[in-house]
Amino acid sequence: MRFGVVVFPGTWSDCDFHYVVSEVLHQPVRYVWHRERELGQLDCVILPGGFSYGDYLRAGAVAGRSPVVEALRDFVGRGGLVLGSCNGFQILCEAGLLPGVLTRNECLQYRCQSTHLVVENVDTPFTRGLRAGQVLTMPISHGEGKYYADAETLARLKQQNLIVFRYASADGKVTKASNPNGSLDNIAGIVNPEGTVLGMMPHPERASETAMGGTDGLLMFQSLLGTLVEDGTFLKR
Amino acid sequence: MKVRVLVRLKPGIMDVQGAAVKRALAGLGFSEIAELRIGKVIDIELDEARSGEARTRVGEMCGQLLANPILEEYSMEIVTDLAPREVAG
Repeated sequence: MRFGVVVFPGTWSDCDFHYVVSEVLHQPVRYVWHRERELGQLDCVILPGGFSYGDYLRAGAVAGRSPVVEALRDFVGRGGLVLGSCNGFQILCEAGLLPGVLTRNECLQYRCQSTHLVVENVDTPFTRGLRAGQVLTMPISHGEGKYYADAETLARLKQQNLIVFRYASADGKVTKASNPNGSLDNIAGIVNPEGTVLGMMPHPERASETAMGGTDGLLMFQSLLGTLVEDGTFLKR
Repeated sequence: MKVRVLVRLKPGIMDVQGAAVKRALAGLGFSEIAELRIGKVIDIELDEARSGEARTRVGEMCGQLLANPILEEYSMEIVTDLAPREVAG
């Protein structure tokens, strides 16, 4: 499976994603500069965390209108997979590729901590290897991760089962105390109706080796690879 | 043409920065504040002499980038001077 890791000025998780894909998953991967308009033969494009363009104006606002994100629209239209983590989630929302917006944490603090996520939707290429209700442990690291959407959008997310991860307690209970940033309904990650574009505030790439303190993030990458192997796409290539 | 754009959070959207500043001012003795909300001022000078055209273009800028319609609303005014005439204090 061919991965691309997008690099904006100010991106900081690009090397981590690149490392996990190449050294842990042993899959081909290349960096994609933010001015590129050609996503070529990639299968999955990753928008990593960081502070793209300094997060000037709003988090992800400038990146959401950049050449590579414009190219991403065609890529998504052709069925390409996109994983946006942290700043990548903010960019996907600002670009309108996912609904809603990420705004200032309710506590006003930058939160860098471990979180528990309950898996709500396993019908996506990113989560097929997981169980509904499974609890994953992954770190977050952000100042603007409070998910917000209007009531109509939230109802649609729920009705179409587009909420993938919610912040929860260690035993999987969705509580106010387990919500690190004030996100609406404890939302930590959502997907588009096609299931091909996933945005999440937590960092799967920082939980992909035992030495990192956990491997729950790796389960998502393994789901991705499993999807391709199962439907034959991977083998045909 | 000089245009001053004011971007504000929509009514009903919680402004956590505003709430924190309000609390800080209360700590300084300004307990009379009922509400405080923070917005952004964006000053734009553009090569357009007609105010109607300038408003249209700046409106497009707001729609496409300067404001996020999920959270924010914007207003604009044509001004003759973008620099403040009198600096307080």
